[in-house]
Amino acid sequence: MPILASQISPASETFRANAERMRALVADIADKAATVERGGSEEARERHVSRGKLLPRERLAQLLDSGSPFLEIGQFAAWSMYGEEISSAGLIAGIGRVEGTEVMVVVNDATVKGGTYYPLTVKKHLRAQEIALQNNLPCVYLVDSGGANLPNQDEVFPDREHFGRIFYNQANMSASGIPQIACVMGSCTAGGAYVPAMSDETIMVRNQATIFLGGPPLVKAATGEDVSAEELGGADVHTRLSGVADHYALDDEHALAICRRIIRNLNRNKKVSLKLQKSIPPLHDPHELYGIVPTDLRQPYDVREVIARVADGSEFDEFKQNYGTTLVTGFAHLHGMPVGIIANNGVLFSESALKGAHFIELCCQRRIPLIFLQNITGFMVGRKYEAGGIAKDGAKLVMAVATASVPKVTMIIGGSFGAGNYGMCGRAYSPRFLWMWPNARISVMGGEQAATVLAVVKREGIERKGGEWSAEEEAKFKKPILMKYEHEGHPLYSSARLWDDGIIDPARTREVLALSLSAALNAEIEETKFGVFRM
Amino acid sequence: MFAKILIANRGEIACRVIRTARKLGVRTVAVYSDADAKSLHVEMADEAVHIGASPVGESYLRGDKIIAAAKATGAEAIHPGYGFLSENPDFVDQVAAAGLVFIGPSAASIRAMGLKDAAKRLMEKAGVPVVPGYHGEAQEIVLLASKAREIGYPVLIKARAGGGGKGMRRVEHPDDFSEALSGARREAKAAFGDDRVLVEKYVDKPRHIEVQVFGDIFGNAVHLYERDCSAQRRHQKVIEEAPAPGMTPALRKAMTEAAVKAAKAIHYCGAGTIEFIVDASQGLKADCFWFMEMNTRLQVEHPVTEMVTGIDLVEWQLKVAAGEKLPKTQSEIQLSGHAFEARLYAEDAAKGFLPATGTLHHLKFPDAAPEGASMRIETCVRAGDAISPFYDPMIAKLVVHGKDRQTALDALGAALSQTEIAGSTVNTAFLAALATDADFAAGDVDTGLIGRHQETLTSVPPPSGEIIASAALAASGAGIPVLSNDPWSALAGYAHFHAIARRTRLRYGEDDIFARVLVRPDGRFEVVLDQFSTGSTAPHPPAGTFSPYSDGEKGGASRQRPRLARWPGHVTVFEGAIGYSFAVPDPLARADETAAASGSLRAPMPGLVKLVRAAKGDAVIKGQPLLILEAMKMEHMISAPHDGVIAEIAAEGAQVTDGTVLVRFAEQVDG
Repeated sequence: MPILASQISPASETFRANAERMRALVADIADKAATVERGGSEEARERHVSRGKLLPRERLAQLLDSGSPFLEIGQFAAWSMYGEEISSAGLIAGIGRVEGTEVMVVVNDATVKGGTYYPLTVKKHLRAQEIALQNNLPCVYLVDSGGANLPNQDEVFPDREHFGRIFYNQANMSASGIPQIACVMGSCTAGGAYVPAMSDETIMVRNQATIFLGGPPLVKAATGEDVSAEELGGADVHTRLSGVADHYALDDEHALAICRRIIRNLNRNKKVSLKLQKSIPPLHDPHELYGIVPTDLRQPYDVREVIARVADGSEFDEFKQNYGTTLVTGFAHLHGMPVGIIANNGVLFSESALKGAHFIELCCQRRIPLIFLQNITGFMVGRKYEAGGIAKDGAKLVMAVATASVPKVTMIIGGSFGAGNYGMCGRAYSPRFLWMWPNARISVMGGEQAATVLAVVKREGIERKGGEWSAEEEAKFKKPILMKYEHEGHPLYSSARLWDDGIIDPARTREVLALSLSAALNAEIEETKFGVFRM
Repeated sequence: MFAKILIANRGEIACRVIRTARKLGVRTVAVYSDADAKSLHVEMADEAVHIGASPVGESYLRGDKIIAAAKATGAEAIHPGYGFLSENPDFVDQVAAAGLVFIGPSAASIRAMGLKDAAKRLMEKAGVPVVPGYHGEAQEIVLLASKAREIGYPVLIKARAGGGGKGMRRVEHPDDFSEALSGARREAKAAFGDDRVLVEKYVDKPRHIEVQVFGDIFGNAVHLYERDCSAQRRHQKVIEEAPAPGMTPALRKAMTEAAVKAAKAIHYCGAGTIEFIVDASQGLKADCFWFMEMNTRLQVEHPVTEMVTGIDLVEWQLKVAAGEKLPKTQSEIQLSGHAFEARLYAEDAAKGFLPATGTLHHLKFPDAAPEGASMRIETCVRAGDAISPFYDPMIAKLVVHGKDRQTALDALGAALSQTEIAGSTVNTAFLAALATDADFAAGDVDTGLIGRHQETLTSVPPPSGEIIASAALAASGAGIPVLSNDPWSALAGYAHFHAIARRTRLRYGEDDIFARVLVRPDGRFEVVLDQFSTGSTAPHPPAGTFSPYSDGEKGGASRQRPRLARWPGHVTVFEGAIGYSFAVPDPLARADETAAASGSLRAPMPGLVKLVRAAKGDAVIKGQPLLILEAMKMEHMISAPHDGVIAEIAAEGAQVTDGTVLVRFAEQVDG
């Protein structure tokens, strides 16, 4: 395979300025990650620990194989959304290895508002289940939650993608042979009681776990019966009398060991149909990505510099190198796994879109997973291009992306604007995973364009009425628009709303893509059936 | 020479004899008990015969079975090794009666030396100096006490038939005599069936120096110089050496001449050892040694003599027993360099040398002695072999030789600190401490040395943070090198920004240690030890953050690799000669506690309480029958699911329904 040569000069002024800025961005995100990883308040955590419980991340670590990677999703979910810090939406989720098997782990954080479900908590739980379903990953729920967050009940209970969907998913995953395991380590009340009840196997921790449809206060109110939580729905009751749970655990540590034993007995085998080769690291240091990516999103750079720091041995077999050059397509290997890479290298023209569609067809035919490196302002506009049928050609790309059944993983490494987002496998196109770099921006169009478009419309309106609009007034008009786009296009804004699966360190792009892809390979790669391509 | 011999022993000495026999082209027959069915000596021998159950009384002491085995296999001679039947004259007679050769002295020689006072009288007659003492037949307390006064305090009371320190008492003052005497008699009676004692002068700074002798049937007798076995704990030899440190030509001449005289006095044939007590309080003087006893067999410590003389004593034994002449004359036997032997035992030095058992899951001896020294490891165990409670828990003898005492001692220290044994408590650290003890290193030894320094010699410093961290890393299961391509194996510890720390629990002695193990972005592992209280009086293990080396780390080839062994439920980290063993508790091992979930036992079905065997307030142990429930025409035994105290129990004759509480336990204290 041809090896990508790097043109960059790490000694250059630009490189150093870029690197400094990216380091600051990464450091900022890492700091914020540290904040959310702490979970709830100091006081809440102390209270939790004083009950003999392990903290959620300790539970997670205890469950996973020692040294297992953890591909966390939705780390910044609910970030600055509910006025108070609801760290990671009060729910830790991600993929890790247990007894050699990749599993989706969903951990309630009882130190965050008692582990109650905010709207984003529900969305995150459902996203975790979606990933498990798409990628055929067993689910482990470490339950410690007060159930729906009552003040937000209208946004968590009634709709299709609300609380009830969790159990619907459990039922249907179980039906598809995807194991559902619940380990109840705290409260699990009302609707939440269905998480363990709907699971294939359930563990309960004595003197900690409770499962009941109605808690003691509700029972008292309804029937006048006085009963303690432990008597009503403790581990002993449910493992000995009711059969709601299957395993009686003495404490968290014991429960997690039982949980590991259950996974060991699942009898699952990851069958990878790809032709694998030996993994070799890239020739170029991934940390150089910091200096390669320009501070200004509008400033172009050769995306092959990124590929050279992601692909095995920096090797890249380019497809249609000289045609539609604003889209780079080609084959590479990632930790020994063959992949097709589609990467933006400028605005999309008809040719680039056609090339992309062609390449996706190749990958689907050969059942090779796709990696999208997204940095796109959009499709080219203008009379010539409209007349040339760019909408039709863009549609071909979107058709190919939408219907491709091979695993797709998207990394937003720069801008993600407008229809470019669609053509490059944005969230709506169900990539198995979608990650963002801290410098990325996402919105329907760039802030500058949006402000300009709105200003043009406004100016037309004013001038039609014979009015005048000074350049200063226009600037004043545009400023809040620019600020709104900057704020709403920020990766944290996106991550908070789960438009993506998380923000990552660009230097670790290769690791994240490899783990995502490998996790995706737990599901068989299906045959693709494309729709009608408009010709 | 014999064509085939039988070795009536086990362990390292059996292996040792087989090696020499093989060298001489003699075929070997091993005998074994149940416990030794898979032992190395059985594997090494050309043939092996099962002679009985594991207890020695049913196997290795069964002379009849051993002789039958020899007859059945066509062996011409029996090598007794040491211990067991090696000094049993009746066995020697039986061997002879069966038409076989006993590889050792005559029954008469053994009998002559078997009773200590008789032996001493014999030696006195032959002109060998003996310790002032009373060896008479009369055993009245008053007489013995007056003899003790004559000899002069301190005195030593010893069993006449004794050995191995049993039935032996040192008495400092006449007031203590009668109590010490009855104690000695009790022990002597129990150990030898003979409570007669002798009284001797207690030597102030005694050294135990013995001379190896050899005789043949032609009346020749030579000596092979001396060994110093002063490093003893409660009369058990720990480290032996040859020659004796500080030995003077005059004393050596006097001692070896006396030894040869002694051997000749009883027409001794084969390998024997004359043990002397030497008063070293005024240096080694030629007139300050006395005969103690003669061991009419090959000694455990014979290899040190072999190392300094270059003579294979087992070879000589076989030749002499086969009727050959001694291979060398006295003048041909030369002394060269210095040798040590350290006895590796499965025992807990810190707990008063309590014998230990266990499976030696990890066993690693040094590959070679340092430059300028040579080494021999006499052992009969392999990794995976068990130390059983039936036999002497010796694991190996480390034997080193160097051009002088310092070279040999350094080699011994090096060998001990490269020895790794895990699975049982061993005395390696104690041996290493003794080897580096200032007095021992200076050759200033006497039989009281270990006792005086016992505290320092047996204390082990608490494990350092680095050691705990290495153990925690190994226990966590992290750090095992990954060969897989799969990123989920290869990208150990990946997390988006901050590594996830896995909590690992270790137990060191009585202490629980919690460590957090995580993978750093640079691929190294990090272990965080949190400060905690230990629950015992032991010093707190150090808190802090460590980065121990592990085979799984990236780019760590240049770092020092900790020596450690993983074995079922444990990790042992070796530092020098010390093996720090940590238990790694398995949370699932607590499974049976879960059966006792509710603190009460309920009737599994409707029935009649027939027989109640415990009462309220009784402390019961797990598995103890509590009551019988008759139901469906069957009797169901209800037993205690765990230890506990009964708070309530159903009455006899009560008709109960399904789920009725039959027994309630008093509230348990968790933890």
